Amino acid sequence: MTPENIKSEVEASIPGCQLEIVSNPSPSGQHSLRIDPAHAVAIATFLRDAEPLRLDYCSNVTGVDWPGKEISEKVKVKKLVDGVEQEVEEIRKTQTIGHLEVVYHLFSMEKKHGPVILRMRTEDRAERVHLPSLTPVWRSAEFQEREIFDLYGVIFDGHPDLRRILMWDGFEDHPMRRDYVEPDDFEYEPTAHDEVLERARQHRTVMGPL
Amino acid sequence: MSTATEPVRILPQSPANSGSDSGEGQLLEVSMGPQHPSTHGVFRMDVVLDGERVVRLKPVFGYLHRNHEKIAEHETYLGSMPYTDRLDYICSLTNNWAYALAVEKLAGIQVPERAEYIRIITAEMTRFLNHAALIGFLTQDMGASGTPLMYAFRERETILDLFESLTGARMMCNYMRFGGCRVDLPAGWLDQAKKFAATLPRFLEEFERLLATNEILMARTQGVGVLSKEFAVNAGVTGPVLRASGVNYDVRKVDKYGIYDRFAFKVPLGEHGDTYDRYMIRLLEMRESLKILNQALRDIPEGPIVDPKTKIRGFKPKPGEAYGRIEAPKGELGFYLISDGTANPYRYRVRSSCMMNLTVLEDLCIGHNVADVVVILGSIDIVMGEVDR
Amino acid sequence: MFGEGILKGLAETARNFLGSYVSKKRLTTVQYPEQRLPQIEAYRNFPFLVYDGDDWQQGLRCVSCFICEKECPPKCIIIEKSTDKKPDAVGKLQFYPKVFNIDVSVCMSCQICVEVCPFDAIKMDTDFELSSTDRFSGLLWDKKHLAKSNEHYHKIHPTEAAAVDAQLAAERAKIAAKTKATAEAKPATPTPPANANGAGPNAANQPVPTATEK
Repeated sequence: MTPENIKSEVEASIPGCQLEIVSNPSPSGQHSLRIDPAHAVAIATFLRDAEPLRLDYCSNVTGVDWPGKEISEKVKVKKLVDGVEQEVEEIRKTQTIGHLEVVYHLFSMEKKHGPVILRMRTEDRAERVHLPSLTPVWRSAEFQEREIFDLYGVIFDGHPDLRRILMWDGFEDHPMRRDYVEPDDFEYEPTAHDEVLERARQHRTVMGPL
Repeated sequence: MSTATEPVRILPQSPANSGSDSGEGQLLEVSMGPQHPSTHGVFRMDVVLDGERVVRLKPVFGYLHRNHEKIAEHETYLGSMPYTDRLDYICSLTNNWAYALAVEKLAGIQVPERAEYIRIITAEMTRFLNHAALIGFLTQDMGASGTPLMYAFRERETILDLFESLTGARMMCNYMRFGGCRVDLPAGWLDQAKKFAATLPRFLEEFERLLATNEILMARTQGVGVLSKEFAVNAGVTGPVLRASGVNYDVRKVDKYGIYDRFAFKVPLGEHGDTYDRYMIRLLEMRESLKILNQALRDIPEGPIVDPKTKIRGFKPKPGEAYGRIEAPKGELGFYLISDGTANPYRYRVRSSCMMNLTVLEDLCIGHNVADVVVILGSIDIVMGEVDR
Repeated sequence: MFGEGILKGLAETARNFLGSYVSKKRLTTVQYPEQRLPQIEAYRNFPFLVYDGDDWQQGLRCVSCFICEKECPPKCIIIEKSTDKKPDAVGKLQFYPKVFNIDVSVCMSCQICVEVCPFDAIKMDTDFELSSTDRFSGLLWDKKHLAKSNEHYHKIHPTEAAAVDAQLAAERAKIAAKTKATAEAKPATPTPPANANGAGPNAANQPVPTATEK
């Protein structure tokens, strides 16, 4: 089954859903489908139950962090220079909003094919990080979605037991995010590494000796 | 991972039996672990008991969490290889292979034939030693204090000696490379391995005689922790645990990665999905592994062991992503990599079979006695290095 | 019959128990440290620096190219480059490490430094009796502690060392022939410094690290 076939079939069966093929330039050739969160559960149920696909096995669920980037582009702007209107090149900088992405790798144990890869995006990385949980469709997503919640901070609506799984309950940040800053409030072992020593020294000057 | 609670706590009385003053019907919350001798590592189970019976069980892990995935994002592709040894530290060579396979998919690297054979030989030896050790641990959990485990470890040690003379280390092998293996087989290694493989049928006979018809083992395992076929598939259980429930799914047969399509071997399937089936599947898989091992040792060709085009220094795959998976002894071990064209992976994900198999632990244990929890956990076969990553 | 399986298992245990009195194969205990198992040739523990000849400072093969420092997965290697040059293993003028430390409490014996080294300067040792009473400086090995002779390398990994020596000898011969050819072709002009046609990573391009107090 090519991603194109799956896309057309899903769009024919579920009214209003939007799928987008994300092509993968690597030699692995594993292209993926981006689905819209609003129809995610319906799409997942269809993929699991519909006859030609029967993707009954959700193998891998994982998060990817795409922080916002600063894109600078050259724009030609008309400006008054010394009283004469001239075309001047300016560099305009735009800040993109980053997002968190959740990737599902689906296989079929019955038909023995796969992988079909689904992706979902949150709207941003701060507040609107809600995505529908696919745990009701595939139980195997339970621990993995908990892990994504723990390490990336995606909130899965409809998850039966959304708690931290690898970090402890009182932990606050999401360590797999790319802008995560390591804490320096623990006692560093004396080490030969200058940067670690430096961090420990700075921490001690702020917090007082241990 | 939650913060540790009091080891034993009496919960408010259950509504069914409220009013009895003998303490009967009261629910008891017991924290098994993290240092419980039968938890296979630092692993905790929050068990709610009604008398001896399990009412609720929540696995709690993360004590061994070191954020392997984050470390890998700061390492070069090659630099993550030694860390994969430390995932499932009993089977480092299959971990190496899974990671190498994912990178080979990502960068489109071909593996020479001899290297494929070496990979299969080492992987099947790993499967053999893992299953032998697992049966030892499982019977240890049942109270067979060490005898089967020591028999298994005797064979395991011989395999580890072979690994050491090939890779330089018993357990942290760090042997596979992108596009092949690190070093060629040393002189005389194949003969040693053949000689060893010839002794294995005798060991298997012995091992089976020791336990397979043991009445105590049967009483403790038959009908305990039954996992249904449909639920196993839906919960993403893989490996011997899945096949014990009767689902014919083996990545070696489905994906035919490496050169597994050249070997004649069967996939053993269970019928009941109980702990006894999970135990028997391992015994049968050891026999099949031995078959593959013998064929591979017989057919291994001469030739290069690594693709000459792959670079050791400055390895930068083109942007893209790949998911590579193999049938590790404990189930499907997958690596998901995203490359952004630099020397470090943008995203590196380990699909851990142990962790996914733990999903069903609560469902298997509910309704059984607390002593059975230990046996069921033992039959799922977890290694905390891989669960917590 | 109930209990048959248990009896079968017990018979197997008894056979193994009695067998351990007669079969040498089943007596696996070795009285360490008086007795030792034969060393497996491929065994690796922690890295060491190879030097040629008798003087460890002169003969050190390392040219402080920083490749191992960068590639080391747990980042346990610390190198500082020298300011002057000396001839290396194949006769080219190269930098040498002023400081070369390995923090063995961090090292995980993965052998990646050995694999990436283009100069065959760092190899894996087999010594495993390394206990130290000082947890920090006792486990931070400096250049002097790490330097071991090529003869030592031959003793612990004979096959590998012979291959490395053959390769180095071939490189030396090639460079000698090249210098000779250049000298014959242009007898009037002085011969260029040997490291100008440097094969492999050019050590001179590496950034000089700032000196830090350890």
